[in-house]
Amino acid sequence: MSNKELRSLDDVVIRFAGDSGDGMQLTGSQFTNTSAIVGNDISTFPDFPAEIRAPQGTLFGVSGFQLHFGSGEIHSPGDYCDVLVAMNAAALKVNLGSLRANGIIIANTEGFNDKNLRLSGYAVNPLEDGSLDSYQLFAVDISRLTAAALKDLQMSSKEVDRTKNFFALGMMYWLYNRPLEPTEQWIKQKFSKVPQIAEANYRAMHAGWNFGETTEIFVTRFDVKPAPMQPGLYRNINGNTALALGLVTAAQKARLDVFFGSYPITPASDILHTLSSLKNYGVKTFQAEDEIAAVTSAIGAAFGGALGVTSTSGPGLALKTEAIGLAVMTELPLVIINVQRAGPSTGMPTKTEQADLLQALYGRNGEAPVPVIAPATPGDCFYAAFEAVRIAVTSMTPVFLLSDGYIANGSEPWLVPDVSELPDIAVQFHTDTEAFQPYARNEETLARPWAVPGTPGLEHRIGGLEKENGSGNISYSPQNHQLMVDLRAEKVERIANTLPLAEVEGDEQGDVLIVSWGGTYGVIKTAVQNMHSRGVAVSHLHLRFLNPLQKNVGEILCNFKHVVVAELNKGQLLKVLRSTYLVPAVGLNKVQGLPFKAEEVEATINDLLNS
Amino acid sequence: MNTLLDDLRVIQNEPVDIQYTLKDFKSDQEVRWCPGCGDYAILAQMQKLMPELGVPKEQIVFVSGIGCSSRFPYYMNTYGFHTIHGRAPAIATGLKIARPELSVWMVTGDGDALSIGGNHFIHLLRRNVDINVLLFNNEIYGLTKGQYSPTSSPGHITKSTPMGSLDHPFNPTSLALGANATFVGRTLDRDLKHMGAMLRRSAEHKGTSFLEIYQNCVVFNDGAFFSYTEKETKPEQALFVEHGKPMVFGVGNDKGIKLDGFTPTVVKLSDGYSVDELLVYNERDLTLATIVSNMTTTPGMPRPFGILYAADRPCYEEEVSRQLATAVERRGNGNIQSLLNAGDTWTIS
Ligand SMILES: Cc1ncc(C[n+]2csc(CCOP(=O)(O)OP(=O)(O)O)c2C)c(N)n1
Ligand code: SF4
Ligand SMILES: [Mg+2]
Repeated sequence: MSNKELRSLDDVVIRFAGDSGDGMQLTGSQFTNTSAIVGNDISTFPDFPAEIRAPQGTLFGVSGFQLHFGSGEIHSPGDYCDVLVAMNAAALKVNLGSLRANGIIIANTEGFNDKNLRLSGYAVNPLEDGSLDSYQLFAVDISRLTAAALKDLQMSSKEVDRTKNFFALGMMYWLYNRPLEPTEQWIKQKFSKVPQIAEANYRAMHAGWNFGETTEIFVTRFDVKPAPMQPGLYRNINGNTALALGLVTAAQKARLDVFFGSYPITPASDILHTLSSLKNYGVKTFQAEDEIAAVTSAIGAAFGGALGVTSTSGPGLALKTEAIGLAVMTELPLVIINVQRAGPSTGMPTKTEQADLLQALYGRNGEAPVPVIAPATPGDCFYAAFEAVRIAVTSMTPVFLLSDGYIANGSEPWLVPDVSELPDIAVQFHTDTEAFQPYARNEETLARPWAVPGTPGLEHRIGGLEKENGSGNISYSPQNHQLMVDLRAEKVERIANTLPLAEVEGDEQGDVLIVSWGGTYGVIKTAVQNMHSRGVAVSHLHLRFLNPLQKNVGEILCNFKHVVVAELNKGQLLKVLRSTYLVPAVGLNKVQGLPFKAEEVEATINDLLNS
Repeated sequence: MNTLLDDLRVIQNEPVDIQYTLKDFKSDQEVRWCPGCGDYAILAQMQKLMPELGVPKEQIVFVSGIGCSSRFPYYMNTYGFHTIHGRAPAIATGLKIARPELSVWMVTGDGDALSIGGNHFIHLLRRNVDINVLLFNNEIYGLTKGQYSPTSSPGHITKSTPMGSLDHPFNPTSLALGANATFVGRTLDRDLKHMGAMLRRSAEHKGTSFLEIYQNCVVFNDGAFFSYTEKETKPEQALFVEHGKPMVFGVGNDKGIKLDGFTPTVVKLSDGYSVDELLVYNERDLTLATIVSNMTTTPGMPRPFGILYAADRPCYEEEVSRQLATAVERRGNGNIQSLLNAGDTWTIS
C-alpha cells in the first residue's frame, strides 16, 4: 500500500504532551492498548499536572503520557523519548528536555500561535527560529487539518478542536505501522450514545493516518515487531487497578468479606473508585469522614470478622498512625495501603517518591512492628496485595502495602492469572469454647485466635491497653509487658519462615550489587541489563519484603564488594540494611518527584567501578 | 461463594432459648471506678436491662473510646472493644456495616465524644448507623485527673483553668440535633427509673440513638448536676418531657411551659393557667425538640430530660447492604475470573 520506506526498530519511546484538556492521557492509553494487542512489551508513565483544569496553554497545565514499546523485554518507560508529540508551545517547552538528541518532534502549529508563545514564555516561535535544528521537526497544522476533515459535521469549532488528539493518534499509528481497529472499536463503544462524536473521532483518526500516507514530509515509517511473551491472556493494567483486583481475589481465596474504609487522596483514590464498583463481589466500601475514621472503621470491621482494608497516601498515613498501633495491640488483621507521593506535608501530590518506608517501619509510639510489602511493578501490585492479605490473616497483624505514584498510574501488559491456580489462604474463625483464651497463640505463627462477635460462648473484650498473654486481661505486669513486646516482634519476624528466599539477578557474588525496592524495579533492571550488554558485571537484588527481610538477604549482601542501595528518598532502606547487617552499603538517592533514569543508575555504577 | 461470615450467620440464626439474669451480663473483671462514681449506677442499669431485651449476649458488642467511662465494656459480659480516644464512633460504624445483625452499643465521655472525637461523633449521627450511643457527661476529663471539657461551664476552675475556663460549652443534645440525629435523649445517673426507661428506648430505636447521661464524677466535679438530681432542687430545675403529655414541672407539677412565638416561657398554673394551655410535647417534632433542647442553656428555664427527639430514617448499614443486593440482582454474583479477564485483553499463543 505505502511506497514509503518501512524501517524496523527494537523499541520506541513516544511522549504525547499537550494541554490538560487535549486528551493526551487518552491518546497515550489508546496507543498503549493497540501496541499491546499487536504483541509489544510496554511500560507507560502518565505525567499529570496537579491542577484539575489549569488555564489553557500554560506551562503548569501540560499533561504528558510516555510509553515505551518494543520487540524485547521492556521494564521502564524510558529515560528519553524518541518522539515528542507537542500539541502546543508549553508542551514543547516542558518536555523538550526529555527528547533524545536528533529525536522527532511532531508539533501542532496552531498550538504555537501568539497567545501560546506568550503563555509559555517563548519570545520567538521555536518552530521557525531554527532553535530545533538538532531535532527532526515535523510541524503539522493538526487543528486545521482536523477541522477540514470534519467540516460537514456541523459541530462547533470547540467540539471539532477536541478531536484533534485523534488526528495526532492516527498520524502516530501510521508512522509506527499500527492497526486502527482497536481504537475504532473503542470509539464505537465509548460514544455509542453520541454517534456524531464517534463519527468525528473516527474521521479525525483516519485523517491523521491518511495525512501520514500522503504528505511529503514523512519519508520513512517504522515497525516494531511483537515481543516474545509467555503465552496466555493479557491485559494492560496499572498498579491501582491490579491492587484492587488482588485484594478482592485474595479475599475470595480466604473466604472473607471485604470492608474497605478510605478517604480520597491522590494518588490512591482510584483504589476506592475501583472497589466501590465491585459491590456484586460482596465488597463494602466506606468513604469515611477522614483517614482516622477510614482506618478505625476497617479495624472495627476486622474485629467483626471482615477483611479490613484501608488505603491512603503520605498525609493520610500520618493520621492513621495511632490506630495502626491499636491494630498491633489487638492483633487484628488489617491491610494498610500507602500509595506514596512526594512529601513532606502536602508535598507534590501527583509526583512519586519512596520516602515513607521508615514511617511504615517505625512510625508509631511504642514497640509496634508491622510487616511491610512493596510491589515491584504495576502488575505485581496484584500479587503483593494477595501476599499482604495472606500475612495479615495468618499472622493476625496489620500489614503495610507500600505502592507509589509511579506504579499506581503506570501500566504494563499483565498475564491474567488463572484464579483456580492461585493458592487458598487458610483462615478460620475460632469457635471452640473449650478453655478459650483470646490471646492464646498458634505455635507456629504466634497468631492469636480470630474470635468474632456472634460466636456463642466466646464473649471477650479487647482493647489498646496491654494484655496478659493468653487470658487477654488488662495487665501492668513488667514481665508480661516484656513478654508481649517480644511476642509481637517475634510474630512478625516469623513471617520470614513463610517467604521465599530472595533472588539475585546476575552473579551471586562479585564487585557490585544494586539493591532496590518497590516501584523502582523496572528502571534498575533496565540499567543492569544495559550494563550487562556492555559487559559490565553488576548484580541486582530487588526486595519486595521490607519487614521482615527475607532470611538470606544478609548473606547476599556479604557476597559483594560494593553494595549500592537505590531508592527515591534520602537513604531509608540504606539505613535499615546498614544497621541490620553492618554492611558498608552506599546510597543512590533521588528526590525530585520523578523516577530514576537508567542512565543515572549506570553512571553511578560506572563511577564506582572506576574509582 | 459462602464466606466465613456466612457460615457464622448460620450458627447465629439457630434458635436459642435464652433466659438471662442480671448476673449473666457481669464480666469476671473487677470494677475499678472510684467509689461513689456515677458510672456504677449506669453499669447496673445496663446489666439490669440486658436480660429484658432478649438479645443473645454473643450478639451484643460494646465499643468505647478512652476515659473513665470508656472502661465500661470490660465490665459487660458481652463482646467488647475498648479502642482509642475519640474513635469509637468510627470503629463501631465499621463493625456495624460489616455485621449489621449485631447489637452495637457505644460508650463515650464528654471529652471522648465531643472534643477529640467530635468529627466522628457528628458523622455517625448524620449517617444514622444503628448504634446506641451513651455519652457519660461529667463535664470534666476524669481519667486524666480533672481538666475542663467541652461541656464544662464557662468560668469552671480546674487544673488546667486556674482562672476559670474561657471556652463556651457545647450543649450535647443541640449538637446532636444539629448533626441530624434521629434519636436524642437525656437522663441522669441518679434517677434509676428514668435512666432504665431511657436506655430501653435507646435500645429500641432503629438508627443512631444518642443518649446523654449526666454522670457525677465524685473526685473531680462532684455535684455538677445536683440541682437536677437532688430532691430539694430537682422539681424546680428539671423538666421531664414525655411524648403527648403537657410540659409540666415544679413542686407538685405547679408550673408549665407555654410557647410565646418560638420562645418557651414558664407559667405558674396557680396564676390562672390551665394544663390545657401548656405545650404538649411531641418527640417527633424537630422544631419543638430544637426549642426545648435549647432551654438547656437558657437562664431561668428548667433543664429538659427525656426523649427530646425520635424520628425514622433509613439506617446506613442497611442501605449499604441493599446496594450490594441490588448490584447482585443487576449483574449477578461477581465471578473473580471474569473480573480479571475484563477490559481490553489479547491472547498470545
Ligand atoms: C490521643 C490521646 N490523647 C489524650 C489521651 C489522654 N486522655 C485519656 S482520657 C482523656 C479525657 C477523658 O475525658 P472524658 O472523655 O470526658 O472521659 P471521662 O474520663 O471523664 O469519663 C484524655 C485527654 C489519650 N488517651 N489519647
Ligand atoms: S475520676 Fe471521676 S469519672 Fe473517673 S472513676 Fe473517678 S469518679 Fe468516676
Ligand atoms: Mg468526662
